Amino acid sequence: MGEVNLINVSKQFMLRIDGKLHAVKALDRVSFSVHEGEIVALIGPSGCGKTTALRVAMGLETASGGKVTVDGREVKGCGHDRGMVFQFAELLPWLTALQNVMFGLEMKGMRGAQLRATATRYLELVGLNDSLNRRPHQLSGGMKQRVGIARALAIDPKVLLMDEPFGALDAQTREIMQAELLDIHARTKKTILFVTHDLDEAVLIADRIVVLKNGRVQEIMAVPLPRPRPDLGVVRGLPEFAATRYRVWQALHQSGDTLH
Amino acid sequence: MVDALDREPAPIAGQAEDEAVVVAPRGGVPSWLITTGSVVFVLVTWQLCGPYINPLFGTYPTAIVAAFWKLVSSGKLAAALADSLRPFAAGYALAILVGIPLGLLIGRFRVLEAAIGIYVTAGFAMPLVALVPLLVLWLGLGFAVKVAIIFLMSVFPICINTWLGVTAVPKTLIEVGKSFVAPHHVILRRIIFPATLPYIMAGVRLAVGRAVVAMVIAEFFTSISGLGAIIQTSANNFDTATTFVPIVIIMLLAVSLNFFVGAIERWVAPWQAEIAGRDQQ
Repeated sequence: MGEVNLINVSKQFMLRIDGKLHAVKALDRVSFSVHEGEIVALIGPSGCGKTTALRVAMGLETASGGKVTVDGREVKGCGHDRGMVFQFAELLPWLTALQNVMFGLEMKGMRGAQLRATATRYLELVGLNDSLNRRPHQLSGGMKQRVGIARALAIDPKVLLMDEPFGALDAQTREIMQAELLDIHARTKKTILFVTHDLDEAVLIADRIVVLKNGRVQEIMAVPLPRPRPDLGVVRGLPEFAATRYRVWQALHQSGDTLH
Repeated sequence: MVDALDREPAPIAGQAEDEAVVVAPRGGVPSWLITTGSVVFVLVTWQLCGPYINPLFGTYPTAIVAAFWKLVSSGKLAAALADSLRPFAAGYALAILVGIPLGLLIGRFRVLEAAIGIYVTAGFAMPLVALVPLLVLWLGLGFAVKVAIIFLMSVFPICINTWLGVTAVPKTLIEVGKSFVAPHHVILRRIIFPATLPYIMAGVRLAVGRAVVAMVIAEFFTSISGLGAIIQTSANNFDTATTFVPIVIIMLLAVSLNFFVGAIERWVAPWQAEIAGRDQQ
């Protein structure tokens, strides 16, 4: 339940540069898997294709080659088996927090009292039971992102796909949200694939890290930290944290052969 | 639609998680008081200049008021107002009924935009006065041509603003809909349309002024009736005071309609004002 496989995924964009059409290869035969209940971080320099890979997995883009499967079934377009959390929350500004979460559930077909109760439950899960009737512009960045997470979780997807979910937040809020995400993961056991450019974040949260460079998988490494993660302040002090972080750093700064 | 919670001070994004900064309402003289003061000042100055103005060419507030009472008590003003407002209401309503769906379609479908967009843009820029003789030829001098003139002058701003609103819907919001597997018509109705509402209302508000202008043009160039008739007749008689009465009424009409539409705008799309912070000024 909730196993995601990217198999030789390639993606090409046709971009008009200086009046001429160029084929830009965003992804080149990218393959990796996210096992059930695992958290995998996708990291890489700007423009490496990590967001594109996530969007292909989500179904918002179609792969030019290769395929993505969820529990063996090939992905064709978006589905309720995958929940997406966007970088800037992307809440509908005319709806309250509760109505935003209800929106996703309504698309799944839920109606009536159950709709409201389920949405409320997930907002409570992310700690927003006092802000149900606030509109997005009345919420702080962290709160908006929590609503986005609640909205994605509420439809009970097999997989949670997160595109730099904490990238738009300030450092303190980011740390709080990282701990929250681990807490939510411990409680819901969801499979999570998230994109980040923050090395700390990748090592703190993930079980495995996929390093992407120029659209290719550079390296896949396991994070030797205990699961469930203890207090993140403690984790930062562990020697394995520093060692893994350095390994990721080296992978990002290494030039030369990439893994296929 | 706006409940008590919406009046709470909003936490500023970027602040620490649970800290809400109290936003004090700005002090100073309320705007309405300043506006009233300005109007009173203009009226008083104008009135004081009264005795020095040649009654053939100019007038002053009290004379206008006297002329106003004369028109009201003879019932002429009420009749003229009704005569003017009938085609106005019909033309403006038609402009809304046609302009909004047309704008939505043009904004949504590239082919329609390419096919029809050019006529809409041209129609917006065209001086209507040039078309009036043609319209009279086609539709005569009665009610229909007046409605047509008012319709043609108001429909284009409504359509264009709606069109602009649709193209301005952030792609990411539509992707939210897609990511939850919302069917296309649901995306149109529940994401694109609400996102476009503030633009639609802006277009509707802009069209009010143009519709009022069109109404007067219609009355000057087709069958002389309503408020336009009073202006024409009294001007021809050099009765300047009476000439001013319909002019003031038309101005009041435009201002109050503008205000009214603005109120509807806030009722229909309250989030836009809240986002822009306009409700806390």
